[in-house]
Amino acid sequence: MEHVDGNWLAGPLAEFFSFDVTMATARCSGCGTVAELARAMVYRSGAGTVVRCGSCGHVLATLVESEDRAWIGFSGVSAIEVRREPA
Amino acid sequence: MSFITRGFSGRSRDRDERLPPGQTLVSDFPVLSAGPTPDIDTAEWEFTIRTESGEHRWNWDEFMALDIDDVSTDIHCVTHWSKLGTSWRGVSLDTLFADVETEQEYVMAHSYGGYTTNVPLDELLDGKAWVAFEFDGEPLDPEHGGPARLLVPHLYFWKSAKWVRGLEMMDQDDPGFWEQNGYHLHGDPWKEERYW
Repeated sequence: MEHVDGNWLAGPLAEFFSFDVTMATARCSGCGTVAELARAMVYRSGAGTVVRCGSCGHVLATLVESEDRAWIGFSGVSAIEVRREPA
Repeated sequence: MSFITRGFSGRSRDRDERLPPGQTLVSDFPVLSAGPTPDIDTAEWEFTIRTESGEHRWNWDEFMALDIDDVSTDIHCVTHWSKLGTSWRGVSLDTLFADVETEQEYVMAHSYGGYTTNVPLDELLDGKAWVAFEFDGEPLDPEHGGPARLLVPHLYFWKSAKWVRGLEMMDQDDPGFWEQNGYHLHGDPWKEERYW
């Protein structure tokens, strides 16, 4: 099967990244718990923000910000579910 | 006309030469953590060095029986603060590696609580790094990494892993926790190696 390049993602991911993230549901790759991100435990420090699973404490995601760049890591999330408006 | 004032550039003539670029002096000791503070009893504490050929292990009593250094050093956090002339006591990594034979050149430090950070082995030896258990004459507070933390003062302080429990030798310089998530693989404050 042929593949397309990453430019194809612009449309679908624009929709994906425009939702209210706290309403999204994520699956923890540590314990398998599926929960709203709003239920996660968030540790904020000057170095960055660490989002941990509310059930097991496993690191779900990290945010790092410099003056001119930002990094978002989802190292401990196997998938994120967002609700779509019915067509 | 100059757009750069002495105050704005941070490079005034009065600037302390011990301060790396982009750093500001602080007198307190800010706490940075990526998670909850682990509660580690020294009766349960262990420190290990794992190599391709096996494991070296010390419990707290064995660790405290090793040669102990008094260390006075400047520390530099990537969040732009520095503290000068801080006082620590700890065991030199030269002492811990005295009987360790390894061909592997890179180290992953592992902490209680799951934090990791990577450092090349040659940056931990020759008097450049310690496992420290006292700060300012007092046992190291849990919030500052007690009972023991790595102390690698010539690199940004995220490399000085709090609650350290062991070092794992590696063939290559794999990234640790913050290094996977935006921070520099090496972290030299004099080169401002802050991010990727």
